Amino acid sequence: MPSTIDRRAAWRLSPEVSLRDEPFGALAYHHGTRRLVVVKSAALARLLERLGEYPSMEEALAEVPEAARERVVRALEDLAESGIVSGT
Amino acid sequence: MALESGLRDRLEGGLGAPICLTWELTYGCNLACAHCLSSSGRRDPRELTTSEARALIDEIAAMRVFYINIGGGEPMIRGDFFELVEYAIERRIGVKFSTNGTRLDARAAERLAALDYLDVQISLDGADEATNDRLRGPGSYAAARRAMENLATAGFGPFKVSVVVTRDNVGQLDAFAELAQGYGAELRLTRLRPSGRGADVWETLHPTREQSRELYRWLCEHPGTLTGDSFFHLSALGDPLEGLNLCGAGRVVCLVDPVGDVYACPFVIHERFRAGNVREGGLARAWRESPVFTDLRGAGSAGACVSCGSYDACRGGCLAAKFFTGLELDDPDPECVHGAGEVALALPRRRVRPTSEVDHSRRLPAVGR
Ligand code: SF4
Ligand code: SF4
Repeated sequence: MPSTIDRRAAWRLSPEVSLRDEPFGALAYHHGTRRLVVVKSAALARLLERLGEYPSMEEALAEVPEAARERVVRALEDLAESGIVSGT
Repeated sequence: MALESGLRDRLEGGLGAPICLTWELTYGCNLACAHCLSSSGRRDPRELTTSEARALIDEIAAMRVFYINIGGGEPMIRGDFFELVEYAIERRIGVKFSTNGTRLDARAAERLAALDYLDVQISLDGADEATNDRLRGPGSYAAARRAMENLATAGFGPFKVSVVVTRDNVGQLDAFAELAQGYGAELRLTRLRPSGRGADVWETLHPTREQSRELYRWLCEHPGTLTGDSFFHLSALGDPLEGLNLCGAGRVVCLVDPVGDVYACPFVIHERFRAGNVREGGLARAWRESPVFTDLRGAGSAGACVSCGSYDACRGGCLAAKFFTGLELDDPDPECVHGAGEVALALPRRRVRPTSEVDHSRRLPAVGR
C-alpha cells in the first residue's frame, strides 16, 4: 500500500486539534470531526507538537531514532487518516 | 465521540482529566419528566453564579478537557446560558448540550447556528406525541419538534435527537431514525437508569430481556447510531458494540452538578460518589486526588460475574444501575443479558435501595407519573 504521507511535503498538527499528555502518551482530540485518538508515546506527542516547524516530513523523521522510525511513520499514517496531522 | 477501542485498558487506570465531563447548569426545569436522572424541577439557591461558572470554565480549560456536556435541569432557563456557552467555546472547549427544546425559539436557533464546535441534543422519548408526553409531560413533544424545526430552518446542521430507550418506545427505533433523518439529524439512544426520578419508573419501564436483545440487534444493524457507550452491558450478547465498553465513572466520566459538587457520573448523584466541590478545592483536585475516584479506578472485583464467560465484554455493567437498585457494586448489572441481575435482585438478602438526598422535584406530583 502506498504511504499516505508525502515525505517531501511539510506537515503539521491540524490547528483544530488539542493535545493532552497522559501517562501512556497523549490524547488528541479533533474539534471538527469530534474524533478522539490515542497517541501512544510521549516522544510521538512531542514530535507532533513540533511537526509544523520542519520544512518537510523527511527532516522531522530524521530526528527520530532509526529503530523507531518505521513505527512512527505508521502512527503518522493513522493520524493523517483521521485528520490529526495534515500536509500544509 | 468516536474512539478507538484498543484504549480501554489504558483508561481503566484513570486519566489526567476526564474525557466526558458533564456539567449540569441548573436544577431548575420547566418540565417534570417522570424519569429525570437528576430529579430536577426547582432551582437551587446555591447554584454557581455567573462568575463562579466562568471560573470553572477557566479551570476546565486549564485541565485541557476537550469538550463538555452541558445539561440540567433545563440549561437554557439560565439567563447566562449563551454567555457561558460562548465563553467555553472561546476557551477552546467544545460544547454539547442537552435541552428539552422549550426555549429553543427561532432566535436562539440562529444564535446557536452561528457557533462552531457546538452540538445540540434535543430530548424526545417517544416517536409520537402520546408515547413521549406520557413520560415527559403534555406539550413536550410539540415543543421538541418545534425546536427541531427551528434548528433546521436556521441551518444549524446535524443536531442530535436524543432518546432514552424504554419498554414503551423500544418498538419505535425505526420511526425515531426516520424522524431524525427527516431533519438531517443524528439519532442518539441512551439507557434508562434508575437514577433520580428514574428510580420510580425503572422497574416498569426498562426494556425487557427480549426487548434488550432486539435493541442489540438493531444497534448492530445501525452502526452509526450514537449511544454514549450506554449499552455496553448488551455487548455480552455477541460482538462488542462500538465504544469503550466499560463503566467510565470516575475514570473517563464525571459530573459537576449545579451547586458545584463533583460526582463520578451524571447518574450517581449520591453522597457515596461525591468527590468534592469546585468551590472548595476545585475540580482538578477532586478528579486527581479524591479517594472516591481513586477507588473506582482500582481493578475492582468481578464478584458474582467472575464465572461468566461474557465478563470481558460487559465487565459487570453499569455502576449506577446496580447501586440504585440496591445491588452490590460487584453484582451483575440488573439488566444482565443472561438474567444474572434478575437472580441477584430476587435473592432473599436485605436489599436497601439507596435514595439520593439531592432532590429538586417540584412538590406537586409531576404530570405523567
Ligand atoms: S453475569 Fe455479569 S459479566 Fe456476565 S453478562 Fe451478566 S453482568 Fe455481564
Ligand atoms: S455508572 Fe453507568 S452511566 Fe455512569 S459511567 Fe458507569 S456505566 Fe456509564
